[in-house]
Amino acid sequence: MSAEPTTTFAQPGLAIPYPLLLVAELSYVCPLKCPYCSNPTSIVGARRSQELATEEWSRVFHEAGKLGVLQLALTGGEPLLRKDLEELCSAGRDAGMYSTLVTSAVPGLADRVAGLKDAGLDHVQISIQHADPEKSELIGGAVSFQQKLDAAAATRELGMPLTINVVLHRLNLDDLDAIIELAASLGARRLELANTQYHGWAKLNRQALLPTREQVVRGEETVLRARERYGARMEILWVLPDMFEDLPKPCMGGWASDAIIIDPNGRALPCQSAATLTDLPVEHVREQTLEQIWFDSESFNKYRGTAWMQDACVTCPLQRQHVDHGGCRCQALALTGDAANTDPVCHLSPHHGDLVAMRDGELAVPVAERPELVYRTTARPRA
Amino acid sequence: MSGALPTSEHRPTLASGVRLHHDAIRERHVLLFPEGALVLNETAAAVLALCDGVRTIDDIAAELAPQFGGADVRADVAELVAGIAAEGLMDRDDER
Repeated sequence: MSAEPTTTFAQPGLAIPYPLLLVAELSYVCPLKCPYCSNPTSIVGARRSQELATEEWSRVFHEAGKLGVLQLALTGGEPLLRKDLEELCSAGRDAGMYSTLVTSAVPGLADRVAGLKDAGLDHVQISIQHADPEKSELIGGAVSFQQKLDAAAATRELGMPLTINVVLHRLNLDDLDAIIELAASLGARRLELANTQYHGWAKLNRQALLPTREQVVRGEETVLRARERYGARMEILWVLPDMFEDLPKPCMGGWASDAIIIDPNGRALPCQSAATLTDLPVEHVREQTLEQIWFDSESFNKYRGTAWMQDACVTCPLQRQHVDHGGCRCQALALTGDAANTDPVCHLSPHHGDLVAMRDGELAVPVAERPELVYRTTARPRA
Repeated sequence: MSGALPTSEHRPTLASGVRLHHDAIRERHVLLFPEGALVLNETAAAVLALCDGVRTIDDIAAELAPQFGGADVRADVAELVAGIAAEGLMDRDDER
């Protein structure tokens, strides 16, 4: 090891816990084109040759295990596009982490899942776009429905735990009952129902995807009824839509408090949308160890604690600055122009009125006049 | 759900997809499962390490007794297994 003194951006006196979760985005490329994707729109032109190599990921997993990370999410883009996924599962297991494959199930998870399990994969999480095959493919922009069903069945046949996740929006909220039934029939132990967070491609498609308040209220009622029906057989998570809330979520449980995200090319970030924070310094696993990035880097320390907060949070009459940590930095930047502002979802934010006006303005546009979906892609447009 | 304690002949085993792990940096044992972790004390970790679907509750209690001065720990083992089962982390008979 080098004996050079370490530069640290850690704030004196602020305790930093060890991380619990590593999100490994293995590739930006994806066979699906979901317009609600939270990946940054800057992924257009992403090249697979720039992705981290097998041995680089293995080293990162090893460092993560040493650093106390317990959960590993293998995601993308589509992680199944990595030919070395079996090796990466095995590296995750060797590092002591519990691994989850977060996948569209395309291409070909059904045929590959047994080998992935043998290599060390613990848990499979499959996305569903809709309970109806045609609508599913309209939202996902690709033929995939049957492959998802086959992969879910193959996963359950192996006795592996299965989670189904569904991102909710105007085009599928009214069919929530059928979606829940589908997840149960596939043998899901957990069902994550997450209303769209408007980052990346989803921000581009906000007008097309934004549901009405009535849709959201009915959706929540549907979830409450389903929880009674399924009890402990299937855990149903419901992630509220920010646009209709007046208190922010504790985004990521606080900035850099338990998770590290590594993008396909090796950039380390404190959240999956943080690449949208254009002035955030770049930390790269090819240049630093995870330990250095976690404890000492500028970007991971930037919004830790409360010292960076603006007045609305510092003087919070609800004392929520230690509860919700000021909400989401990416949303603050996207909607107020400054990532250090209080999340405008908060009714105490001076920008909350702007968010309400924007939301109501977009909802006032008749559905027929809403823009068409812009599908996610990594391909450059042809000249 | 919770309530009924397992019988002395029950052969407990962790549910599929649940793993016992030693969290070295935090110096503790945890149970890992989808999207979560449950922190265990030393006794719980020792019991769960023996929940292999072969040993009965009585076997496990007998094996651990020397660590507790020869005390009869059958009730403690059964309660712990019931508690972990209530979290959905033990194999359920109806799933076999």
